[in-house]
Amino acid sequence: MGLESALGEGFITTRVDDLVGWARANSTWPMPMGLACCAIEMMAFAGPRYDASRFGSEVMRFSPRQSDLLIVAGWCSYKMSHAVRRIWDQMPDPKWCIAMGACASTGGMHRCYGVVQGIDNFLPVDAYISGCPPRPDALLNALMTIQEKVKTEHSVLLDA
Amino acid sequence: MSAQNKHSDSYSDIMAFVQHEHGLSHPITVYRSASDLTLAVPREILLDTLTKLKEDHHFVYLVDIVGADRFVEGDRFEVLYNLIDLKSARRLIVKTLADEDSPVLPSVSSIWTNASWHEREVFDMYGVHFTDHPDLRRVYLPEDFEYYPLRKEFPLLGIPGSIDLPTSTPDQEASS
Repeated sequence: MGLESALGEGFITTRVDDLVGWARANSTWPMPMGLACCAIEMMAFAGPRYDASRFGSEVMRFSPRQSDLLIVAGWCSYKMSHAVRRIWDQMPDPKWCIAMGACASTGGMHRCYGVVQGIDNFLPVDAYISGCPPRPDALLNALMTIQEKVKTEHSVLLDA
Repeated sequence: MSAQNKHSDSYSDIMAFVQHEHGLSHPITVYRSASDLTLAVPREILLDTLTKLKEDHHFVYLVDIVGADRFVEGDRFEVLYNLIDLKSARRLIVKTLADEDSPVLPSVSSIWTNASWHEREVFDMYGVHFTDHPDLRRVYLPEDFEYYPLRKEFPLLGIPGSIDLPTSTPDQEASS
């Protein structure tokens, strides 16, 4: 960081990608898509004990227009899938998606005609969480995984 | 023994009613279990019987309507009406059979208004039609769904492609 010595104190140098990634990663506002019992664990994730605000994700936005991270918590029926997809389409880019729990990831124990066998049939999922329901720690872990992903994203392909 | 006595006492008016109806061409069969009485009523006199049970015997509360697929020849489907008499705090199950080829029963929504949605559920799952129903549409499944999923021949995982998934590209309405 030779430039900093030239500029003196009060300056740090970085890349725009890193700065934007850092800002995005630490302000991923979730859109809670609570469809079943996983939503209870999602509430604990936002509550004071597990405290998602440590990661900048405490602002549960109930409007897709203001959120960056769709947390699909629970089993998704074929009828509901159209609503979930529509909410996803209404979210502004860049956006990420967590499939929380066995049901959202694979259909889980709901192996039947009415439940979509995994929301990745109609959504691009960034992180899957196992468990039925998963503990709030697991959701925090998924959030941290997505934060890592956001931080290492580059808008321009760099040479190796 | 005491339970038996209590049983016959609390349902004595129903037993008298059934005895009286026995003289008609469509007999009612009575089944007894530990705590409940079940009446198997032919579908021709179903509406008439249920009206009498409500008006003369105070079964004012229709708890539920349940469908069943017995998977037998002939009268394949069974529909059960779960009734409660709020005055004497007793329960009565009335069941009736519906034919496989033309599963048609009279709607009881003129007697109990809440029967409307219960009958829609039975229609949704078994395809039993209810005549004179105010609005016989599917409740749970999409309205253009062609099958009846609780029939025994329906595969557990459904029929592929029978229910649409959303497209993976944004649709016109959401993106505008």
